[in-house]
Amino acid sequence: MTKGKIVGLEGSFAVAEAVRMANTDVISAYPITPQTHIVERLSEMVADGDLDADFICVESEHSAMSACVGASAAGARVFTCSAGQGLELMHEVLYIPSSMRLPVVAVAANRALSAPLSVWCDHSDVMALRDISWVQMFAENNQQAFDLTTCAFRIAEDKDVLFPTMVHIDGFYLSHVIEDMVLPEEEEVAGFIPDYKHPFVLDPDKPVSMGCYGPPFIYSETKKAQDVAFDNTRPRIQEIWDEFGELFGRQYLPVESYKMEGARVALVTMGSCSETAMLAVDELRAAGVDVGLIRLRLWRPFPFKELREAVKDLDLLVVLDRAISFGMGGPVCSELKSALYNKREDLKIVGFIGGLGGRDIQISEFKYMVTQAQEKVKAIERGKEVETVIIGVREGGGR
Amino acid sequence: MAKEEDLFVPRQVTTEENFAPGHRACIGCGEALAVRYVCKALGKNVIIVSATGCIEIFSSLLPQTSWQMAWIHTLFENVAAVMSGIESAYKVRVRKGKIADKNVKFVGFGGDGATTDIGLQALSGAMERGHDFLYVCYDNEAYMNTGIQRSSSTPYGAWTTTAPVGKKSSIGQVTWKKNMPEIAVAHNIPYVATACPSYPLDLMAKVKRGAEMDGPAYIQIFSICPTGWRCPTDITIELGRLAVETGVFPLYEVINGEYNLSVDLPDLKPIREYLKKQGRFKHLNDDNIATIQTRVEEDYVKLREKVKR
Repeated sequence: MTKGKIVGLEGSFAVAEAVRMANTDVISAYPITPQTHIVERLSEMVADGDLDADFICVESEHSAMSACVGASAAGARVFTCSAGQGLELMHEVLYIPSSMRLPVVAVAANRALSAPLSVWCDHSDVMALRDISWVQMFAENNQQAFDLTTCAFRIAEDKDVLFPTMVHIDGFYLSHVIEDMVLPEEEEVAGFIPDYKHPFVLDPDKPVSMGCYGPPFIYSETKKAQDVAFDNTRPRIQEIWDEFGELFGRQYLPVESYKMEGARVALVTMGSCSETAMLAVDELRAAGVDVGLIRLRLWRPFPFKELREAVKDLDLLVVLDRAISFGMGGPVCSELKSALYNKREDLKIVGFIGGLGGRDIQISEFKYMVTQAQEKVKAIERGKEVETVIIGVREGGGR
Repeated sequence: MAKEEDLFVPRQVTTEENFAPGHRACIGCGEALAVRYVCKALGKNVIIVSATGCIEIFSSLLPQTSWQMAWIHTLFENVAAVMSGIESAYKVRVRKGKIADKNVKFVGFGGDGATTDIGLQALSGAMERGHDFLYVCYDNEAYMNTGIQRSSSTPYGAWTTTAPVGKKSSIGQVTWKKNMPEIAVAHNIPYVATACPSYPLDLMAKVKRGAEMDGPAYIQIFSICPTGWRCPTDITIELGRLAVETGVFPLYEVINGEYNLSVDLPDLKPIREYLKKQGRFKHLNDDNIATIQTRVEEDYVKLREKVKR
């Protein structure tokens, strides 16, 4: 069913290929580890004439996103990418394209936040972007990095969406790892992503004022409109993924599962560690544990319906967070509890934090999480407070 | 020197108002007047990017707008970066045959805070990259939109709410105004100029020249702010003329590195005439005024030396 040719590509190069095949007009980006290979590859493509785009080598991530906003408002198909501190520096600007309905496409090579400085992967940068009103999704491997970036252009620019869209790929785990993947034919991708035409662009012949200011008498109405429009993107996102699935043979869903048949317990993951978790599930299943895996593909808008459906037969969710919401615990775990409260009061949810700043999460640790979570449920049932545990951390001064 | 026709043929100016009346600027606002002249000079074949600040606030209260041309505002410090994206998008879309080339001009508007402070990095980046745009800095010498706080463009000795005149030794602003036009010149861009709405035809001629120039152009417009400068609202034009005649804000152009004075004054008026009309300087004593007088004269001599004779 899958078309195209099998190639070995680094995750960053897979993203660059998707940007090239989308015939992107303007790229504006600032280099930051572990995103650099994407901008380097795109620079080469532009220099070699393989991609007819302008690459604006801006002087900061703040300007990178600002230039994307300007280019998108002027009607161009636009791409940028960043990571960690870079996403933090552009944070102020990230709210602009979503509030002004400008379909910028971005890839984040997920990275920890300083201090101490860490260029390595975790999801601290993602968690700082939860409320920016961008469509956000997670890739687990390089194939998905390509596919979801391709879909991101379709989703962002769809007239029933018109929200910026961000694909998260784990820094180094995907950005710097070469995997085999199917690269579709250019014509097929071109057929999937039509020419982009925004209904309102900056055009002297049809002048519009964009970005007027909103005093209290109108601000709430603008935000309500944005919230409704953002919520309403869900069916279109699924339809576009369905269309992609039909054309290219790889189907994406807001919530995806693995070995959930008859499961009473499920791990919950996002991003590249999902594949490690699958191996852990295989081993646990072989040992007779009724465990499955739930992977959040669509992070925003949050897939409430699909999540509730996925957990309906479960007793226990074991959530891995690759970030800390200090003073609160694991942010994904908190969100799952919030999403399921009032729906499944008998469902126990236990969170773990791991994989911070590039610390590997191993199969054994996922297995540990499952057994530990079952112990914690017993403690919860005895009325005990259960702390969020950071897995794989050294404690007590031992070196 | 400015060309004679630039100074004395007001009938050449369009009666069309591209910046519509009915905006909410304060009485006597020199900045609103400057915007009006700039928009007359630019015409409608233009895309304007505004920074957050007085201009954006008094012109664009949802759902109304004063802008008769394509206009966008996003944030405070990113005008030059947004402009870069717009210019780049236009260029690429023309190249790819998606739109016809209609010689659209790209113009950024920012106050002195948006230009000399928080937006300086983005502006420096855009000038260095050589985008084809005109950047207009409306210099009213402080953060007026937030209520008269000092910027790096506030002159020495001026009272502001964050550089107050203290009970002990403070005289208000204790640093000298950042020379932003010189910073623009240092980027080797083809066009840099200063202007003032008290000299409207000179101002409009410069805007046209800046917009026509290939590559980055920078114009700093002295924008009298009666509200922030604590002066009567009916002396805006007079005060602008005094700023030029005293040498506080000389009018000049730098075209491809060559300096030209637009109004050359062999004898500067005493700075006191300019300062005494403004409440923001009323606390200055004779020594303070002498210090400013010396500095203004030195700066004027330095500027004249740059002009090839």
